[in-house]
Amino acid sequence: MTDTAPESDQASEQGEETRRDFLILAAGGMGAIATIAVVWPLIETMNPSADVLALSSTEVDISAIEVGQSITVKWRGKPVFIRRRTQQEIDSARAVSLDDLSDAEKDEDRVQKAEWLILVGVCTHLGCIPLGNKIGDPRGDFGGWFCPCHGSHYDTSGRIRVGPAPANLSVPEYQFLDETLIKIG
Amino acid sequence: MTTPLHRYKVVQWIDYRLPIFSWANEHLIEYPAPRNLNYWWNFGSLAGIMLVIQIVTGVILAMHYTPHVDHAFNSTEHIMRDVEWGWLMRYLHANGASMFFVVVYIHIFRGFYYGSYKSPREILWWMGVVILFLMMGSAFMGYVLPWGQMSFWAATVITNLVSAIPWIGETLVTWLWGGFSVDNPTLNRFFSLHYLLPFLLCGVVFLHLWALHHRKSNNPLGIEIKSPKDTIPFSPYYTAKDMVGLGVMLFVLAIFVFYLPNFLGESINYIKADPLVTPPHIVPEWYFLPYYAILRAVPDKLGGVVAMVASIAILFVLPWLDTSKVRSARFRPIYRQFFWIFLADCIVLGWVGANPPEGSFIIIGQVCTVYYFVHFLIILPLLGKFERTKPLPESIHQAVLGKKGDGFGSGGAPPDSAAPPGGRGSS
Amino acid sequence: MRARLIAIAASLGLALGLGGASTGYAAGGAKEPPDHEWKHTGVFGTFDRAELQRGFQVFQEVCASCHSLDYIAFRNLAEIGFTEDQIKAIAVEYEVEDGPDNEGEMFMRPAKPSDYFPAPFANPQAARASNGGAYPPDLSLIVKARNNGLDYLYAILTGYEEEPPDGFELAEGMNYNHYFPGNQIAMPEPLYEEAVEYADGTEPTLEQLAHDVSVFLAWTAEPELEVRKQTGLKVLIFIAIFTALLYIIKRRIWAKLH
Repeated sequence: MTDTAPESDQASEQGEETRRDFLILAAGGMGAIATIAVVWPLIETMNPSADVLALSSTEVDISAIEVGQSITVKWRGKPVFIRRRTQQEIDSARAVSLDDLSDAEKDEDRVQKAEWLILVGVCTHLGCIPLGNKIGDPRGDFGGWFCPCHGSHYDTSGRIRVGPAPANLSVPEYQFLDETLIKIG
Repeated sequence: MTTPLHRYKVVQWIDYRLPIFSWANEHLIEYPAPRNLNYWWNFGSLAGIMLVIQIVTGVILAMHYTPHVDHAFNSTEHIMRDVEWGWLMRYLHANGASMFFVVVYIHIFRGFYYGSYKSPREILWWMGVVILFLMMGSAFMGYVLPWGQMSFWAATVITNLVSAIPWIGETLVTWLWGGFSVDNPTLNRFFSLHYLLPFLLCGVVFLHLWALHHRKSNNPLGIEIKSPKDTIPFSPYYTAKDMVGLGVMLFVLAIFVFYLPNFLGESINYIKADPLVTPPHIVPEWYFLPYYAILRAVPDKLGGVVAMVASIAILFVLPWLDTSKVRSARFRPIYRQFFWIFLADCIVLGWVGANPPEGSFIIIGQVCTVYYFVHFLIILPLLGKFERTKPLPESIHQAVLGKKGDGFGSGGAPPDSAAPPGGRGSS
Repeated sequence: MRARLIAIAASLGLALGLGGASTGYAAGGAKEPPDHEWKHTGVFGTFDRAELQRGFQVFQEVCASCHSLDYIAFRNLAEIGFTEDQIKAIAVEYEVEDGPDNEGEMFMRPAKPSDYFPAPFANPQAARASNGGAYPPDLSLIVKARNNGLDYLYAILTGYEEEPPDGFELAEGMNYNHYFPGNQIAMPEPLYEEAVEYADGTEPTLEQLAHDVSVFLAWTAEPELEVRKQTGLKVLIFIAIFTALLYIIKRRIWAKLH
């Protein structure tokens, strides 16, 4: 290195260091941004695609369902039980004390209209579809549903009463668009 | 071999059991590279990166694609329209294939110009030719997958060539098709093989790099490394330089992906494959055009196939066809002219391949095909015997003293009397 | 040096030539479609929502009687400016097949936003039978499926001639068009002045109708176009700056060698 006056030598070296630090910082920063900008779309491609999202909600016409009758519809690839409950079923659901329930929930909190019980028909134990929606199906000891895989019994509110299932049959997000049309999801 | 990281106990613990840190240090950081490599030496790393891009985008596409004749075209449109960033993945993969061939062809022509195929790098060169064959196979099968009109008919034309083989040809093509024409079994197996081949390619790339690291890189002067003064550590010098090249390549790729995504493609591939309607002009992708021209230049079916395969296979024997003792075209003034003529010949062959085989295209294609083989079989062997080459510099470090050692065409600098500072840079 | 320049020029020529190569030349005597002005084709191009909606109206009222639009679902119309309620209203006017019901029968029901545009014919054979043996192609991708597709489409729609030129043999049931390969097209002239009464009141000249429906079909072929170009701009600028930075760093690192 050639000889220069000490002060300008020090100053230029400091300027040199600042410039180098800036370059390293800038390059590192842009590199980090670039990496995220590349990886993020790769991850997002695995999200549900637009056509799957379009089917994420489904509208169901419930006008043809009689009192005491149940139907099963498909929603997001899973069965949904829609039961038009009899007064007896509603009363027996409401009469249950919360202490008797392993997953304590009031029937009133599980329905928007007492007559209409809407549940995801997937057992909360290991995912089998409980029986009870079709005529002639066993309904278990509590008048609701019975899962044949490991013997879980659900009541007329779809709550777990006996068996290995840890939770009540889940209630999907739904709304009444009018008296005869509900939108699930 | 210790690295700065070895001050960490964890690094020592790992390295003692599996020497990844020492290995990385030897082959990526301290690895001695000639100090005079120019930007034409960037294209190897660029090819490696394009392979990674193709594999990553390809695996993502495979998550959404269905390899069945009734669903292939639709699933490709599903990717373009419904999958998040699907259009980006598809255009990256399609244009990435072209970019891959661009960098590989430049990489190969760098080899031609500087004699990189000569002893002791013959096996390195062979691995490269194998990589080219695998790339071509992968690209061909990949193009079939969207199941457009060109996908189907290119597959039909090219697989039909197999039937040209005497005696076993017909049986072989039926076996290849899995039926009596290109149909669902063909599509399915092409998908499977298209997924497989790039990973075989990775294996051959490993061998390619292993061979390279054993004898070290060639350089623009074509003279061997004689002392550590001729080399610099790969990192930070060539890592930094490779990053610049990468930026430029990605810029070019981005222009195509975002603004000209279908420029290099065929519009009729946006029509679903129809086995009962043949398109008026069947053309392969641009990177196959020269071989397509050679295939059509020979009037005989089997002859055309043989010529087409030979046009690449001849590269295997190039190290022996080129008899010159001098590697680099910098010191071979006659060979240099023939290099450019050969390059022009390949480009003209590509142009011929793009056009229908009628009129003057026929004779031009035939002349260029003959010249292609004349270059390898006659010109190169003779040049080696009769060319008067320029005197070679004494060593790399002497030649590049005072210069950065890049750019075409500059000969060696006169040796400087003062000894240069140590060849190894900071590390 | 000279040889090198020739080679570079040849390769450039090849690259440019390849862009419209192979199937790029007008086939069988048809004229090359003239260049037409489009709002979305530039580097900063975007679709005009009003044009898209008018084009959609033209498609619905004229083209959809023979041509399918298989890859467009009603929900996609949100991208051209329709609200969810408008889309539902558009969808219910169409019927799609569903089923089987509890009796095992297929049935028709009003379409939902998640449904795709129903095709006018059940299959290509039915389409041909109703169109004198000619098959009206699906239009979702037509702009990408033809060379210079956008200008070509506009040219075809405006390029009909009542009477073929003297000496031209027009086959039975065919129509003369300046731009269709072979100059004979099975489709009778689909558009004419005031064929459609635009909802937004724009004057429906032939040129306007052809322009709007072409833009609509450009959208159906490339719905990602705006996002693609906007993302592209950001990516190119980022890479340019980053590469310049990397180059400066490279020069500094290499300066140490001398």
